[in-house]
Amino acid sequence: MELENKITGWNSNEMAQKVALDIHDGAYVNLGIGIPELVAGFIPEGRDVIYHTENGLLGMGPVPEPGREDPELINAGKKCVTAIPGACYFHHADSFAMIRGGHIDICVLGALQVSEEGDLANWSTGEEGAIPAVGGAMDLVAGVKTIFVITQHNTKTGESKIVKECTYPLTGKNVVNRIYSNLAVMEVHDKKLFVRELAPGVSMDYLKQNTEATIYMLENQV
Amino acid sequence: MINKIMGSAHEAVADIHDGATVMISGFGEAGSPIELIHALIDLGSKNLTVVSNNTGSGNVGLAALIENRQVKKMICSFPRTANSTVFPDLYRKGEIELELVPQGTLAERIRAGGAGIPAFYTPASVNTPLAAGKETREFNKHTYVLEYGIRADFSLVKCLAADRYGNLIYNKTARNFGPVMCTAAKTTIVQARKILALGEIDPECVITPGIFVKRVVGISKPAEESKLVAEKRRYPWN
Repeated sequence: MELENKITGWNSNEMAQKVALDIHDGAYVNLGIGIPELVAGFIPEGRDVIYHTENGLLGMGPVPEPGREDPELINAGKKCVTAIPGACYFHHADSFAMIRGGHIDICVLGALQVSEEGDLANWSTGEEGAIPAVGGAMDLVAGVKTIFVITQHNTKTGESKIVKECTYPLTGKNVVNRIYSNLAVMEVHDKKLFVRELAPGVSMDYLKQNTEATIYMLENQV
Repeated sequence: MINKIMGSAHEAVADIHDGATVMISGFGEAGSPIELIHALIDLGSKNLTVVSNNTGSGNVGLAALIENRQVKKMICSFPRTANSTVFPDLYRKGEIELELVPQGTLAERIRAGGAGIPAFYTPASVNTPLAAGKETREFNKHTYVLEYGIRADFSLVKCLAADRYGNLIYNKTARNFGPVMCTAAKTTIVQARKILALGEIDPECVITPGIFVKRVVGISKPAEESKLVAEKRRYPWN
């Protein structure tokens, strides 16, 4: 048991790589702030993926070389980025027309909690004195065709982030399609959570012990 | 003769009255009309309702306007940012109101306001606390929430270049809320890095048609908010 508790599974880069392999050629993708940003670095050679940032850029490129930063060319996390050849700029209402109108294929987000029915809570812990801030997360989960979540499976204090029902305020209901945690890749089908892949050293029993939500094996699972 | 070019930022904002609703463009510092905001601080109008995506950083620009106690209420999507302490401190003390709006809903409420659409239904925020108490309706078996258009007395917007008719072009991701805010105010006031002669902006490339703009001020070298914040500057200048 002592030993089992030390299973860490995949690290952030490995989780990001898992996501990257599931992004198809030609996809329009919005990457959330934090670990989701790592995904762009792992897209296999030969796949053309266009990154959307909701502050008004399609065709976001990597961070600029030192000294070439432009404070008027930033991403949703307000970090300096570049624009690839073929990129375009647009205003906020057009940007969210792309999002709500179902034109973006995949959005990768972080999470505070995800429920077994695919509810997502990722904007507020509802804590007293916290400043509520939502940004574009509610529009993204309501409008983007496929929602991937990258998250640690458990909090630093060991609680499951994959829950029966979210206790934090929701970002959206029944919106998450797939969860990439450090312990497993899971998919939501018909409001049930299925395991698609387990991280090295993680057994189904271990996953169940560390998950509040009810999880099922997916047939023909990897 | 139509000539929307004004002599100074102070002249351009001079009629912003107490209690006005003011839209301020920008996503963080990108597109924030810092010289127009500083002129509004000098003017001193109080009890403003400000519509802007964020609440500023450090002690300059929008953060300084809030710190100067001119803002009664913020309508925004993300009121905290790195280096932002002014709004959070006042909010915790209960000394400033906040209407939190999902970012896409904010953009669309401004677009709708400017386009003469009083309200619309959106899927964003359904089943969340931000839809609490709001009217919902089903279309094609999906639930949507009713949101209202926003109009303002004034919009303060930053752009790259303008002509004397008020036609505008923007710079990269500093465009963000500028074009929709230009449409949604009785009086839109723009600061432009360059003033161009009529015809110098290709009509195919005009982003904001001049009809939406009332006043333009040339500010050739706008201050960079992040540099001022790094230097711990405050406005009024310390």
